Amino acid sequence: MSQPTKGFPLPSSLKVVPGTEAAQAAFPYYTQFHDGDDERFWFYNSMHFPEPMHHFDMITAEAAYCALGSFNTRVHVLPTTKGIDHRIINGRVFIGGVAVTDPAEIEARAKEFQQRAFYYYEHWETLYDQWKTKMRTLIADAQALPTPSLPELEPIETTHTGKGVAANHALIDTYRKTLEGYFRMWHHHFEFLLLGYGAYLTFFDFCKKAFPEISDQAISRMVAGMEAEIFRPDEEVKRLARRAVELGVDDKFHDGMVIDDVLAALDQLGGAGKDWLQELETSRNPWFNVNVGDGFYHYHRSWNDDLSMPFAALPGYIDKVKAGIKLERPTERLIEEREQLVADYRELLDTDEDRATYDQLITLAHRVFPYVEGHKFYCEHWYTNLFFNKIREYGDLLAANGFFAKPEDVFHLTHYELESAIIDLMLSWSSGSDPIGPRHWPPIVAQRQAANKVWGEHVVPPALGAVPDVIDDPAIVMLWGITRESLDAWLSVDEDAPSNELKGFAACQGVVEGTARVVKSVEEISRLQQGDILVCQVTNPTWAPIFQKISAAVSDIGGSMSHMAIVAREYDLPAVVGTGSATRRIRDGQRIRVDGGRGIVTILEETPGLADAPALEDA
Amino acid sequence: MTDKDAIGWFADLRIDDRPTVGGKGASLGELTHAGIDVPPGFVVTTHAFELFLTALEQASPVRALVEAVDPADLEAVTSLSTALRARVEEEPLPQPVERAILDAHTKLTGGDMGVTVAVRSSATTEDAEDASFAGLQDTFLWVLDAQDTVQRVRECWGSLYSVESITYRRKHGLPEEGVAMAVVVQMMVDARTAGVMFTRSPTTGDKSVITIEGAWGLGSAVVSGEVTPDRWVMGKITGEISARNISDKHIRQVPAPHGGGIIDEDLPADLRTAPCLSDEQLQALRTVGRRIEKHYGRAQDIEWAIDKSGALLLLQSRPETVWSAKAQAPVTAPLADPLKHVMTIFGGRK
Repeated sequence: MSQPTKGFPLPSSLKVVPGTEAAQAAFPYYTQFHDGDDERFWFYNSMHFPEPMHHFDMITAEAAYCALGSFNTRVHVLPTTKGIDHRIINGRVFIGGVAVTDPAEIEARAKEFQQRAFYYYEHWETLYDQWKTKMRTLIADAQALPTPSLPELEPIETTHTGKGVAANHALIDTYRKTLEGYFRMWHHHFEFLLLGYGAYLTFFDFCKKAFPEISDQAISRMVAGMEAEIFRPDEEVKRLARRAVELGVDDKFHDGMVIDDVLAALDQLGGAGKDWLQELETSRNPWFNVNVGDGFYHYHRSWNDDLSMPFAALPGYIDKVKAGIKLERPTERLIEEREQLVADYRELLDTDEDRATYDQLITLAHRVFPYVEGHKFYCEHWYTNLFFNKIREYGDLLAANGFFAKPEDVFHLTHYELESAIIDLMLSWSSGSDPIGPRHWPPIVAQRQAANKVWGEHVVPPALGAVPDVIDDPAIVMLWGITRESLDAWLSVDEDAPSNELKGFAACQGVVEGTARVVKSVEEISRLQQGDILVCQVTNPTWAPIFQKISAAVSDIGGSMSHMAIVAREYDLPAVVGTGSATRRIRDGQRIRVDGGRGIVTILEETPGLADAPALEDA
Repeated sequence: MTDKDAIGWFADLRIDDRPTVGGKGASLGELTHAGIDVPPGFVVTTHAFELFLTALEQASPVRALVEAVDPADLEAVTSLSTALRARVEEEPLPQPVERAILDAHTKLTGGDMGVTVAVRSSATTEDAEDASFAGLQDTFLWVLDAQDTVQRVRECWGSLYSVESITYRRKHGLPEEGVAMAVVVQMMVDARTAGVMFTRSPTTGDKSVITIEGAWGLGSAVVSGEVTPDRWVMGKITGEISARNISDKHIRQVPAPHGGGIIDEDLPADLRTAPCLSDEQLQALRTVGRRIEKHYGRAQDIEWAIDKSGALLLLQSRPETVWSAKAQAPVTAPLADPLKHVMTIFGGRK
């Protein structure tokens, strides 16, 4: 690495925010910056971790990086890159790639890679079918884990069956199985991911060479799948709207309804009402196992845990059904459109050689893309919901035993600390004396809650350390879209950009002006009025149901290949993703202009909006 | 149209008629035939010119004088040019030729005295389209009546004998036999907005984008560079707009209020910086651009206008020449095993 002309602050120069030293020290030693880290380049992974980490939630980083690195470094043997190291400071996750630079090592690894990765490409469909079976088994295993509880006395069956194991043992057993399953899920997650992105990017790269001015959107439209799981939750809401009309219970749904009252009224109605509730159950399992974030924070709850999102969409969909509008995705037409797009670009190529390469690469991209689009439903959504809800059950149990003021406090403990609290409870149940935890944990939880709030207000540098000459790490480029150019842009930020302009990725074209509605949590979606522009931290497919209501969307996080971008294009909703700071810079009620074709958001008036809601709802 | 007609209507012309109606006339005929909206008109053919020249030659020689002049003797060329242009513009036209132009004008305008036309020269040879020759041809806008039209046709013909034209032909040793000029007579478009469109990127040669430039008023302001036009780049296939550069368009060109010609008009501030095309209009232009490109099977350089009623009209379409002339090498070396291509992503820098 050559001497940088300008760079980011060194890790050693970063200060822990005063008053949060104890909370910082509670993150494991291997996540703390240490000697030698100044020599490396790090960047803040704001894409996956846009908010300070609760101490438990850091498991989402370490489990993911355990698996990502294993597949890159030792399973598929990527020639030029190994895994990702991560560090946490002030609750923020910084990551650094491990590049392979020795040409001899690259060559040796390339040989291995071709044996291994090419096997996956050649047997993709079979291996992916097998993958789905593995994931379903893993999910079934997680669902079968018992709810942790401690009886006053063992049931008599323990004696009669000669079980020989008492109830407190199930606490640690279930907990360890919960963690084991979660770490295993991440291995499955990365079994195909880099190879899938790589094949897609190969086609992407070819298109950029053949058509230097082609947009990222046009390429992803050529590749996008049609039956992907990400569209299914919204399709289920549409189905429920249609069923409500067919069953004649549509008058129960209206804007501003209280969901529990509606469910109770339908139950009381019997007949058609109960039939609809049955339909709801069918949709919920498994399709409402989608969380409203990206699967990295315990407080991004699933539709199943909070029905606000699907119910917010029902009245609008019901109106459309009654107006005779067909809501279901016209899959066949979409496939035809995609094929037409592929054919139209093919026709523009100049040589037979290029047409042959194009055919090879689009075939490969179509082969891998169902995984790229589909895996998130199983991993980041379905499995992750089960995982966090199981931890919640421990929160319930520990809170009932006086460890915490409220069950959600459990997420302020690291997974090691949580295991110690569980053992504390097991010991006290065993000995018949009081646990120590109720005296030990409440002050620590209070301290971390305060630290988390302070960290949330603290400005985070986008990167640390010397800027590398080139970013030649396919994993970093693929997963985070970080290139030398984007680093230069970060370094020059605020120097020449107009203060009322935000740049992001062009996700879906169209220019719209309207009222910004800054939505920081799913509980706030009821504030969205018809025609508003949604401004949020992260949008994902699970927000799709409210796309019918809004005129454009802006997010802090996401790339042009992100699921949000795919869904925005699906709904033809102008969108700019990955602005970095939209929810902080745009105020609720301001007029803004979204240019989804260029990836630019302009704040049109500097009227003071409503007072900002706190950045983070800390339960 | 037979090769003896003095007049050819756009609807009856095809690209193959270039030898008698010139490149511009043949292209407008081809577009009209393809169903593209083109301001209606006709071409005064090279046959009409030949009839006139024969009449002129009966009085005294024309071509022999040109072939005899020394291109290095500027004085001689200038006096010959003045004499020949005067003859072309003033000596009586053969009756059938004059009658044909006047009748066609009446048919085109419906005899409405308020309807104006554009009169433009339309060269017949390929090399006449290159830069060295293009500037030598004439365009007259807002031509008022039939007599004036005839006069402008003569002036177009006369441009064959301009100092520059004579010098060019003599320097290149081109024979005078067959030197002829067709002239396009076309309904004038009172453009609200006009400009040009390239069906590939002028900067990268990318065939997947369309570049559109436009300004308020007549397209002459854009073509001549008197106004910095608004500029858009669009996906040819997807229609997505990837660049919008809205410029400060300080003037627009409009027809002169009394009589022929055009004048510059200052624009109010709000119009100067307003985009001169809506997204719908951009999409309509893209659709037409794709159709023309498909029709010809190659990238095009197009002049367009939108009239006061909002109708989109094509004024001209030429093949794009700069990028099309470059050698076409494959983007990537072909590989028998498609999987090897992924090494461009995973293999690191080469």
